[in-house]
Amino acid sequence: MSSPVIPEIKRDHIMNLLAKGQREDGRGKSDLRAIKIDAGCIESADGSARVKIGKTEVIAGVKILPGTPFPDSPDVGVLTTGAELIPMAHGSFESGPPGEDAIELARVVDRGIRESGMVDVKKLCITVGEKVWMVFIDIYALDYDGNLFDAASLAAVCALKNAKVPSSQYGAGDDMPLPITCIPVSITAAKLGNDLIIDPNFDEEAISSARLTVTTDDNGNFRAMQKGGKGSITRAELSRSLDMAVEKGKEIRKIIG
Amino acid sequence: MSGHSDMILVDEKGMRIDGRKADEHRHVHIEAGVLSNADGSAYLEIGKNKVLAAVYGPRECHPRHMQDPTKAIIQCKYNMQAFSVSDRKRPGPDRRSIEISKIIAEALEKVVLTELYPRASIDVYIEILQANAGTRCAGLTAASVALADAGIPMRDIVPAIAAGKADGHVLLDLNKEEDNYGQADVPIAIVPSTDEIVLLQMDGNMTREEFDKAVDLAFGACHEVYDIQKAALKKRYDARMKQEESE
Repeated sequence: MSSPVIPEIKRDHIMNLLAKGQREDGRGKSDLRAIKIDAGCIESADGSARVKIGKTEVIAGVKILPGTPFPDSPDVGVLTTGAELIPMAHGSFESGPPGEDAIELARVVDRGIRESGMVDVKKLCITVGEKVWMVFIDIYALDYDGNLFDAASLAAVCALKNAKVPSSQYGAGDDMPLPITCIPVSITAAKLGNDLIIDPNFDEEAISSARLTVTTDDNGNFRAMQKGGKGSITRAELSRSLDMAVEKGKEIRKIIG
Repeated sequence: MSGHSDMILVDEKGMRIDGRKADEHRHVHIEAGVLSNADGSAYLEIGKNKVLAAVYGPRECHPRHMQDPTKAIIQCKYNMQAFSVSDRKRPGPDRRSIEISKIIAEALEKVVLTELYPRASIDVYIEILQANAGTRCAGLTAASVALADAGIPMRDIVPAIAAGKADGHVLLDLNKEEDNYGQADVPIAIVPSTDEIVLLQMDGNMTREEFDKAVDLAFGACHEVYDIQKAALKKRYDARMKQEESE
């Protein structure tokens, strides 16, 4: 993927501000943008959420259908996450099947949800070996101003949190809320020069050399991580990212409620 | 990480099922220059993993719109062969291999002097012949040696290894069983001369203390793998020098 071109004058401006501990939009290095969550906005979905982090906007929908379990886990429900970077969200996104960026995004979101055990998939069995609930999470970027990882994670988590298993529709008893055990929250840090900032916007992301997404659970334990970008991070930067993921994770967990 | 915590993977003496201690990696064997057509190549075994890496380039960047007028791009294809796992793997790229290809290419960007070859492409092919947990690290380790074997200018070579947690213990270089029934996996690649991290992933469940211990183990092992990489390259060039002298 070719990285977006940012005018040098803009790059210098961002870096000069950062040297003073400031950012273009008035935030400090470890401040999140304003978060808005509209949960349950889509009635045709079994769970949904539209999330804004600053100007970045993402919608996630959950569809739950009965299906056949995998042969090696006959009594366990199935969880699948997909993401699309549709052309509506940014001039650089192209239509067509998901590219490597969309695939990485979906897999990082999936990892946080799966590894934290957020959805108790063992409670999603209908008939052992025959029928289990299959939970499909589909994420679409609507408006892209950086940090899709955290926006997509947040949207997916909120959509799952308000999802209902449509049992009655399939003659499998009463509808029930999706069994949720914990709330995974991801925090992404970007490296600009030798500075580390969280929740990068588009311009910051474009001039960053590396990013690190860290997903924590309710106890502040680490459940998933992904380093991205062509640059490197030091152990000190890794350590700082972990601290911020725990601290800011608490902040977001309060907003989710 | 399915996390079957009832599985005994470490005995009371701290010995693992394949006879290793917690901080021991599997035996690593690397051979440089094993293919004739590729500009550079390497074969690597770590435990039961068998991996081939080949490098072509710098050469003309094929999809022209991908060209970068300021530097070469690195394109990586990580592929698991159909017979490399116990079930047959459906041939062709899947979401997992696309993600792994992307992060390996990004890790190599840091060390390759791409600015020397504007508009060119450096193509890295990684084929997993036999998989036994840790193939992305094995593939990246082999790819670094193949790049050096191709004579591509680099700041350093990149070793990679995973640490993780199984049976409640923090372990280095998980094998298949430890990966399947363990609680966490942390693949890491570093630039040994500066100790910078160029690849890092984590899944599972770890406290800060456990994670820090895993990173310590992986850093130590990366430096050991680095020595094996360098030895493989030296052996390759000693052989070539002798051949040239005798001609």
